[in-house]
Amino acid sequence: MTQAAKTYTPEDMAEFARQARVRILEAVKHAGGGHVGGPYSAADMLAALYFGVMNIRPEDPDWPDRDRFVLSKGHSAIALYTMLALRGYFPVEELLTFDGINSRLQGHPDMTATPGVDMSSGSLGLGFAAALGIALGARAEGRDFTTYVMLGDGECNEGVVWEGAHVAARYGLDNIIAIVDHNKLQQFGWTGASVEERITPYTENQLADRWRAFGWHVIEVDGHDIPAFLDAMEEAGGVEGKPVAVIAHTIKGKGVSYMEGNYTWHSKVPTDEEFAVAMAELGETAGGAA
Amino acid sequence: MTTLAPGKALRVAFGEAITELAATNDKIVVLDGDTGSSTRTDIFEKAYPDRFFQMGITEMNMLGMASGMASVGLIPIVSTFSCFIVSRAHDSIRVLIAQPKANVKMMGGYAGLLAGMTGKTHLMFDDVSIMRAMANMTVVAPADEVETRKALAAVIEYDGPVYFRLTRPNTPILFDAGYEFELGKVVTVKEGSDVTVFSTGTQTIRAYEALDELAADGIDVHLVHVPTIKPLDVGAIVAAAEKTGLVVTTEEHTIVGGLGGAIAEALAENSPRPMKRHGLQDVFGESGPNDELLDKYGISTEHVAATVKEFVRAKG
Repeated sequence: MTQAAKTYTPEDMAEFARQARVRILEAVKHAGGGHVGGPYSAADMLAALYFGVMNIRPEDPDWPDRDRFVLSKGHSAIALYTMLALRGYFPVEELLTFDGINSRLQGHPDMTATPGVDMSSGSLGLGFAAALGIALGARAEGRDFTTYVMLGDGECNEGVVWEGAHVAARYGLDNIIAIVDHNKLQQFGWTGASVEERITPYTENQLADRWRAFGWHVIEVDGHDIPAFLDAMEEAGGVEGKPVAVIAHTIKGKGVSYMEGNYTWHSKVPTDEEFAVAMAELGETAGGAA
Repeated sequence: MTTLAPGKALRVAFGEAITELAATNDKIVVLDGDTGSSTRTDIFEKAYPDRFFQMGITEMNMLGMASGMASVGLIPIVSTFSCFIVSRAHDSIRVLIAQPKANVKMMGGYAGLLAGMTGKTHLMFDDVSIMRAMANMTVVAPADEVETRKALAAVIEYDGPVYFRLTRPNTPILFDAGYEFELGKVVTVKEGSDVTVFSTGTQTIRAYEALDELAADGIDVHLVHVPTIKPLDVGAIVAAAEKTGLVVTTEEHTIVGGLGGAIAEALAENSPRPMKRHGLQDVFGESGPNDELLDKYGISTEHVAATVKEFVRAKG
């Protein structure tokens, strides 16, 4: 395992995830816009990846042999930026520039702007394709790093995801691990029993079955259970001859009661009152994490 | 009509040239969108099977994977029909190649009007307009096999995204073996004093072949070939336009936003001159034999000559 894995415990990672949720909401409130629900469903996994799984050097973000991470669900950019800041790629204070003019922290990840962002993304499905190219390129160049790519479950609506899934399986790309943040909701989503209700884009087992049908090794895990997620990453790293898809069952808006499972928090700015409630639930005083 | 020596198709020159270039550049890899037997990446695969990657019919994915491969230091040459690169994979190019300035070379095969018996889906002649509008993009359209080889070497040397236009039919040879291609520079094919004709890609062959007929009518053409449509060699284009005071552009491409559009923009801001854009007239294509397509859509050598004559008579 990596140096990072020796340094941080799962409890540390959970604490970084908690801090990330605080910083995410601060940044979105400060910017007056941004995504919350998806960043919150991804926060625990990102903390595990950046503090427990990936072989990276924050002081040397372009180190050629680093593991790569591609946030294909690029609208959750603030979650990635927060984790990069907590990991030391740039100052935590810079998070408040998110979405601002001239900021290095663009609304969707920009590899030309932000230290530690390995690939641009934002148009759904495309980060996944680029990640596959990184993995195939690494193989062609004889480099043995691992490429991690996180997709949304809604993102799996995109046809290009399945183009890539097919090609990756054809090449037996076992140096890529795709993590699907299966939070069961999209921006607006699929109508349920009434127009007030939104339902999952993929019913039980459907997503896992699809990745399996495309020739991927599938692992299912609770994306908020950090020890279980670390085990899943270890298992994924040991799979040979096949690409691995980790279907991470998560809750959109995880960590704040009124956001959990509520699609309207896909992208929304909290009122002062909502912000205070969220900070309290996340274990922060009313002033936030300053 | 001036007759040039017969030559290879640009696609064949491309397949041979990248194979030669790969001998001294181990970063070159080829991504094929299941068209290698047509676009002639099959030549490369035979020589370098380990550096040839079949992507199947997954254009959006293929262009995205190319960006990822470029990010680890490779030089991906992506090849399929122009329509599938430019139209189908436009979003991948925009988000993953153009904006991040990924070092990906996009080979738009079967571009223009003469793509065999394919018709409206495959006949791609708004590719230059679309790619030219994309920030950070370089757009190259060579005229013959000689220039294709020279331009490819320059494009591989250049670090950044390039759209490279390739065509299907055998094409006469315009340039001699000593020709030097410079990215971003125009080429004066013939000095003249009555009218400046700008052409690009294989349409330059037709413009060249029209010169004798025009000379017989007393029209001394200043013919300038524009192989790099973006970035445009504005200084040289303005100078060439000012030399004769009359401008005709001709291209195997829509007159909307292609070479004619680019030159109109440059001249309008720098040195407006009476100008005629000759090319495809804001239409879709159809199936048919090449000669009949050139005739019906009005871009044959005879049409170039007639257009220049009529324009010079009206404006000269």
